[in-house]
Amino acid sequence: MTLLSVKDLRVTFDTEAGRVEAVRGVSFSLGRERLGIVGESGSGKTMTGRSVLRLIRPPGRIEAAEMVFDGTDLMRASEREMRALRGQRIAMVMQDPKYSLNPVMKIGAQLTEGLRRRDGLSAKVAREKAIEALEAVQIRGPERVMEAYPHELSGGMGQRVMIAMMLIPNPDLLIADEPTSALDVTVQAEVLSILDGLVRDRGMGLIFISHDLRLVGRFCDRVLVMYKGRVVEELEAKNLMQAEHPYTRGLLNCLPRIGGERAPLPGLDRAAEWAE
Amino acid sequence: MTADPDTPAPSAGFLSGLPRLLRLIGGTALTLAITILGLLLVTFVIGRVVPIDPVLAIVGERATTEQYEATRVALGLDEPMWKQFAIYVGNAVQGDLGQSLRTKREVADDIIRYFPATLELATLATLFGVLVGVPAGVLAATRPGTWVDQIVRIVGLMGYSMPVFWLGLLALLVFYGILGWVGGPGRLDAGFSMMFELDVPPRTGMILIDTALAGEWAMFRNAISHIILPSAVLGYTSMAYISRMTRSFMMNELGQEYITTARVKGMPEWRVVWVHALKNVMVPLITVIALSYAYLLEGSVLTETIFAWPGLGSYITDALFAGDMPAVLGGTVVVGVVFVTVNMVSDLLYRLVDPRAR
Repeated sequence: MTLLSVKDLRVTFDTEAGRVEAVRGVSFSLGRERLGIVGESGSGKTMTGRSVLRLIRPPGRIEAAEMVFDGTDLMRASEREMRALRGQRIAMVMQDPKYSLNPVMKIGAQLTEGLRRRDGLSAKVAREKAIEALEAVQIRGPERVMEAYPHELSGGMGQRVMIAMMLIPNPDLLIADEPTSALDVTVQAEVLSILDGLVRDRGMGLIFISHDLRLVGRFCDRVLVMYKGRVVEELEAKNLMQAEHPYTRGLLNCLPRIGGERAPLPGLDRAAEWAE
Repeated sequence: MTADPDTPAPSAGFLSGLPRLLRLIGGTALTLAITILGLLLVTFVIGRVVPIDPVLAIVGERATTEQYEATRVALGLDEPMWKQFAIYVGNAVQGDLGQSLRTKREVADDIIRYFPATLELATLATLFGVLVGVPAGVLAATRPGTWVDQIVRIVGLMGYSMPVFWLGLLALLVFYGILGWVGGPGRLDAGFSMMFELDVPPRTGMILIDTALAGEWAMFRNAISHIILPSAVLGYTSMAYISRMTRSFMMNELGQEYITTARVKGMPEWRVVWVHALKNVMVPLITVIALSYAYLLEGSVLTETIFAWPGLGSYITDALFAGDMPAVLGGTVVVGVVFVTVNMVSDLLYRLVDPRAR
């Protein structure tokens, strides 16, 4: 069953220096599966993710031949309908909890905000649910964390708080935009396995955006490789090593192998025609 | 992994709320004391350096040498410098700032009469500046480039660029002279002025508060009609400043990632702006508001002159023209103390609003 279907998505910015096309005709569809989007900085992967939530700040503009989420036309939905979707059914985890959590609000207030404001729950019930959500991301001593401010948490903990906050309404689709890139390597695996477990248990769709092709290959069912605002290759994650497109091959080859023979790493080839 | 990632940093503010705050206030008070001591040193030195002989200013040109010497000893001017400074500080701490040559009263008593008028005016003006300036800045920041933004920009620019004496005269002409909507110069109508001196116990020196405490509502309304124009004129300038700063702080906050988080959570736009962003805007804005308030508390000579407002600004200026050094220096000390105090309070508020600064 298709959860999200996107056809010919374009994101353009009209700036004083001229028009910048961040995303140029991206199409994909997604069921309750894990879709990875891989690409370099500036390839348009983040903009693709945010377009689904219609959270591109002006002067950015979203256009698409079709963008439908579970029967709702995202291109025609009113702002109110979008807010209802955002709060309940589509969530997003961003790169760095240092910036994505409000620095002057207590964690508890940020976790319970949706429950209290949107669902109208009492302070007590909302608090219980928030603590449950913190336990689900394996935070010990959730009561203490509820009273803490974001700067008092480590990066890994901040990101787990972020995941907890986004999963509280039990969304159907989670967009994870480089969720572990800002974390220490030791913590990355931990956060990923928590995310993996929750997404699997709850059977939600996942769009996993990353620059790390191997990570995406391990973690997702299907992979889109983006280059300069376009999808250059789409393939099953298990067939990653059989990728045909020279850009994807380039991404695969530019990683050193532990214990492999030591030779200069090949530079990434960027042929102009791939962007056409 | 060595550290337990689930333990928040030990500096967590929620562990030790009150003692921490007390320590903070204690430290602040100490800084305050040192700053004021420095301020007294400066005014003391100025008092010795200016080419006005304090003895001559009191005894007059025709005094005999004996009279001159007697006054010099009485003022303690025959003592060594360090001792003079110690006496000066000792007196100042006890509220003795010397005697005004012009009014022949204690400078401290004079200031107690004049300062409340300035305090009243500056407070209302700042209130006006904040209540209008902050929302205007927020509206402009959320609608950049639209007509709302343009209007806020133009009104703000006018506030910056119009000389306050001209604006004050114009306001008096229109709202008092032509329309007759408000009271004229002075803090009260002449009739009320007399009644105020006789009937209202001077609890704070601020007319609005004293008349309200005494239940003199007719007088209270009259005082409002007099203060509204000068406080609006002063407040306009501070509003212009506050709205520009709010706009720029707000633009900055709205570009932050936590704003996207709030939107992803499905929060309505008003809540994103007025709760999530504004809480962060308040952090730098507190300093801006405090500086603008402290500036107004120094007393604004031009506005006070135009509106015949007996405030600190006109007191110090009059003293300066009369060569009344004790009054000038005493006024300077008070202005300095007020300035430092307002800054300290804003520092404390800053820490209350921003958990990272605690």
